[in-house]
Amino acid sequence: MKVVYKRPELLTDAHFSYCGGCGHGIINKLLAEIIEEEKLSEKAILVWPIGCSVYADQNFKVDSICALHGRAPSVGTGLKRALPENAVIVYQGDGDLVSEGMAEIMHAAIRGEKFSVIFVNNAIFGMTGGQMAPTTLLGQETTTSPYGRKVETSGYPVKMAELISNVQGCYFSERVYVNNPKNIMNAKKAIRKAIQYQMEGKGLSFVEVVSQCPTGWGVKPLDSLKMVETEMSKEYPLGVFKDMGVNGN
Amino acid sequence: MGEKVFMQGNMALAEAAIRAGCKYYFGYPITPASEILEYYAEKMPEENGVFVQAETEVSASNMIAGVAAAGKRAMMATSGPGISLGAEAISFMCAAQLPAVLVNVMRPGPGDGDIVACQGDYFQAVKGAGHGDYNTIVLAPYSAQEMVDFAFEAFELAEKYRNPVMILSDGGLAKMMESVELPDRITPDIQFPWALTGAKNRSANVITTCAKSPKQWEEYNLVLQEKFKKMKDAEQKWESYKTEDADVIVVAFGISARIALSAVKMARENNMKVGMIRPITLWPFPEKAFKGLEDKYFFVTELNAGQMVEDVRLSVKDKEKVSFYGRLGGMTPTPKELYEKLIELYKEHKLDANI
Ligand SMILES: Cc1ncc(C[n+]2csc(CCOP(=O)(O)OP(=O)(O)O)c2C)c(N)n1
Ligand code: SF4
Repeated sequence: MKVVYKRPELLTDAHFSYCGGCGHGIINKLLAEIIEEEKLSEKAILVWPIGCSVYADQNFKVDSICALHGRAPSVGTGLKRALPENAVIVYQGDGDLVSEGMAEIMHAAIRGEKFSVIFVNNAIFGMTGGQMAPTTLLGQETTTSPYGRKVETSGYPVKMAELISNVQGCYFSERVYVNNPKNIMNAKKAIRKAIQYQMEGKGLSFVEVVSQCPTGWGVKPLDSLKMVETEMSKEYPLGVFKDMGVNGN
Repeated sequence: MGEKVFMQGNMALAEAAIRAGCKYYFGYPITPASEILEYYAEKMPEENGVFVQAETEVSASNMIAGVAAAGKRAMMATSGPGISLGAEAISFMCAAQLPAVLVNVMRPGPGDGDIVACQGDYFQAVKGAGHGDYNTIVLAPYSAQEMVDFAFEAFELAEKYRNPVMILSDGGLAKMMESVELPDRITPDIQFPWALTGAKNRSANVITTCAKSPKQWEEYNLVLQEKFKKMKDAEQKWESYKTEDADVIVVAFGISARIALSAVKMARENNMKVGMIRPITLWPFPEKAFKGLEDKYFFVTELNAGQMVEDVRLSVKDKEKVSFYGRLGGMTPTPKELYEKLIELYKEHKLDANI
């Protein structure tokens, strides 16, 4: 019988520590597939953040480090500068990247660091129990915006993929979803491209993955998939915001 | 063989670190440490090394952690305010068992303070600026030559124990010009089995400071504690001067030790039996230096409100025999000022001398 689908060999037997229906699991699996398909398992170094993906190091048979909250781009800078031939992949949530680590990610882009960033935007702090993130939608109820996020006190949601695309050192920036098979396939393409650019020595490549967090959003997993289209997409549209192409530098 | 040159303390340290094979430097400008940053900025291109002026010390110190995780020698130099920002990374590197060298060229605090010599960051260096149960070896140079020697030693110790090491300098030593002997450059032979280099022909290496459970984390913490204990037993370093016959022993480190030594010599010339202990490792504190000196009086002098004196009190039998004199805000005492304090001490305790 022909094998049409199998678990990536790069994944260990350990269970993912995510809730059922969480987008992180899908994104992690895509990452494992891409590293395997691009034959980078001996070169990849994953930099995990503080957030729900904190234990993902157990799931991958590749070298990895879990950086402090927000500092994955700094640790990634050190690693990539020390090991320019390796594939350094920095993975961060929205609390990690937009809140605690805004300076680090923006300056990594400003310096044009040659690593790839997977930014998981689920509009909430998942790990700490569903607090408001800088990406939380207006009106969205979280444990720290119990009456809904208000502009007067918390400003507007941050559109990272657009923002970072304005930095000259950013080479590639795209926003993708992982809420249905088609979007998942597109997300895979974008992440693959980001990693390929890195291996070609291009500047910082950034993929914002809008991800469902059914637990934090307080909805059933199936409803969370729909909410990506009905709620998140208004603030966070799909799109390629920057692509300097294969001939850029 | 080595090369004799006349050099400023900061630059001597930077040149020595390069000769010790540290080709990765990350930092952020701050007086009185900036010459180290500028020296690296100038030298790294020709050395084929990496120099990054980071956006903050928070970032610079985490970049060092990244290089250390790759198994290579990295350094950051700053002053107290920068160490405050880098503190999370010091805690992180201790937990992650990453070797790197941090330099604090102390200036007077608290707050933004001033930019001259001071020793107010003793507690920050020795008791831990960051969170959690950890220790870092702290080396306190007192000459440009020791800047050079300790740069080499710091990397060796860091790698021996897989732990960050701090060199605690100050705005005085940093700016002083002195003659130093620079050792030949080395290419450190470091191949760490734990380093992140890509999982080629081996299973994956994982570096994390996230607990899997309280039980696992206690066990891991005990491993770290075992290591800190080994450091404490094996790495205490100090210098003693005429302590055997002394009535009073002056205890001072770094730049204070230079001033104190002049005062001790003045006292000796005036028939006062005064000796000196200069702690070189501030952590581990050289408590062994105080063995067999139970009957002596101790006079601790620092450029702070009294920090190391607490460790001296812990190292002696009779706390009452330890006194302190310090200056604050970037003021430094003269040798005569210290000498007069010693005379007061002699009189107070009715010690025998022709003074
Ligand atoms: C310095 C610091 N501050 C706060 C925390 C607590 N903390 C852990 S994870 C997290 C937020 C994670 O949210 P996000 O990055 O959105 O990732 P998610 O869990 O949603 O995947 C916070 C605030 C911490 N570990 N360290
Ligand atoms: S809290 Fe949200 S982000 Fe975290 S694992 Fe659960 S669903 Fe995923």
